[in-house]
Amino acid sequence: MSADPKAASYLDSIEVVEVQRGPEPGGARGAYRAFGETLRGLKTTMARLIEGPLTIEYPEEKTPVYPRFRGRHKLHKFEDTGLEKCVGCSLCAAACPADCIRVVAAENIPGERVSAGERYAAVYEINLSRCIFCGYCEIACPFDAITMGHDYEMADYDRQNLIFTKEMLLAEPIERTPLKMEGE
Amino acid sequence: MILPIAETGFAEATWIMVVKSLVIFAVIFGILPILTVVERKLIGRFQHRYGPNRVGPFGLLQPLADVGKLISKEGFRPAAAVPALFILGPLLPVLAGVLSLAIIPWGDVQDGVGLYGIDVPIGILYFFAVGSIAFYGLLLGGWSSGSKYSLLGAMRSAAQLISYEVSMGLALLGVVMMSGSLSLVSIVHAQGEIWFIVPQLVGFGIFMLAGFAETNRTPFDMPEADAELVQGFMTEYGGMRFGSFLLVEYMEILVVSGIAAAMFLGGWMGPGPSFLDPIWMLVKMLGLVLVFIWIRATLPRLRYDQLMTLGWKVLLPLATLNVLVTAILVVVT
Repeated sequence: MSADPKAASYLDSIEVVEVQRGPEPGGARGAYRAFGETLRGLKTTMARLIEGPLTIEYPEEKTPVYPRFRGRHKLHKFEDTGLEKCVGCSLCAAACPADCIRVVAAENIPGERVSAGERYAAVYEINLSRCIFCGYCEIACPFDAITMGHDYEMADYDRQNLIFTKEMLLAEPIERTPLKMEGE
Repeated sequence: MILPIAETGFAEATWIMVVKSLVIFAVIFGILPILTVVERKLIGRFQHRYGPNRVGPFGLLQPLADVGKLISKEGFRPAAAVPALFILGPLLPVLAGVLSLAIIPWGDVQDGVGLYGIDVPIGILYFFAVGSIAFYGLLLGGWSSGSKYSLLGAMRSAAQLISYEVSMGLALLGVVMMSGSLSLVSIVHAQGEIWFIVPQLVGFGIFMLAGFAETNRTPFDMPEADAELVQGFMTEYGGMRFGSFLLVEYMEILVVSGIAAAMFLGGWMGPGPSFLDPIWMLVKMLGLVLVFIWIRATLPRLRYDQLMTLGWKVLLPLATLNVLVTAILVVVT
């Protein structure tokens, strides 16, 4: 024991940890156990064979996404009037931490209204090469004009193609992603 | 009483021998590539995967793609290597594998043609002799590459060989005593009443275990040990030289399965007309090959000392005991 009383009390307080050890190998019992375990292993692998593969062969089969999955953005229109929901307020651009949204607003001219509000987004671009898919734009939007869709296959050879314009975001996305059903 | 050491067989015309050899060669080299795909696919299934299924229908053309890739590679040789031996390394095992195919009996003598490469009177001894030549290939290949990993792999091969060759021989000795012959054809004939796997179950187990070691398969793939020794003796090999080492591995699996099927599972015997005999033999062989694959999917590689312990302390005494008991029983009955 150490002369230092502090150290001594510390040593006394250490609990004795018992190490769990496996059975000692060797001997007839060891051989018997190894044989049994081998058979158990064979059974396990055979059961996997019978269960069949779990692979999802990606380009042909796609993993279903959850309903709240945050994929590529969508801009929305009113279903009855066909007017755009976006009023060009730029709140999404302000909320965007990656600063990838560019909105240029313009006044609606009576007679050829584009959006339901006073103004509309003349330019609405999302630079998807910068977007981090955080979904803050969706939260910031007071009119639910922008939401995160389920599309996640956006890889491209050219950065230019990753700047999505208003027309592209408004267009119905090609629904390629299966959605997870309830209970899945 | 003088026991006949072996059957003398009978003479065949030379052209029949040539045709037989070509047929056996063609059949085995047709099976080998399929075997590689089957192994990879099965291992995949054992792990909830599909395995190769992109090249051709069901991935059946995968070996073609693999061989194409291997052949088109540069025949690289390290500067420290000994050229002649480095080239000889992969050739010897191929030669040995093909040679040992000759004695696998595919059927009895039908219409004056023996359905086997050759009925050697020393059958099993031939198998061991040729099998040992294959190990020369590994040792030479490993040593002549001038690399420490290769040398380590080769040394492990050598150590493994001496640990298992003895038990393997003793395991087969029981069968040899019961049938009173070394020739594989006579041994199969001796199994008319009962397959030798029943009275020689221990021998069969030891033979298969030693077979795993002989063919460098998991759990005894110590010489290769892809994870620790980067393929062991093959580290410095590339292209088709590497490919031929792999080819030999599969060929040895076929040979060991064939010998086991002939010695313990009744060889070509099975229901149906006699022209089905080679099919039965093939079925038994491939069944054993599936066991090899199943084991590979299941067991991890043993540690080096465990391998030695198993070889010398378990298998050798067991095999000796098996031989003793068999000998006593054979003399008594």
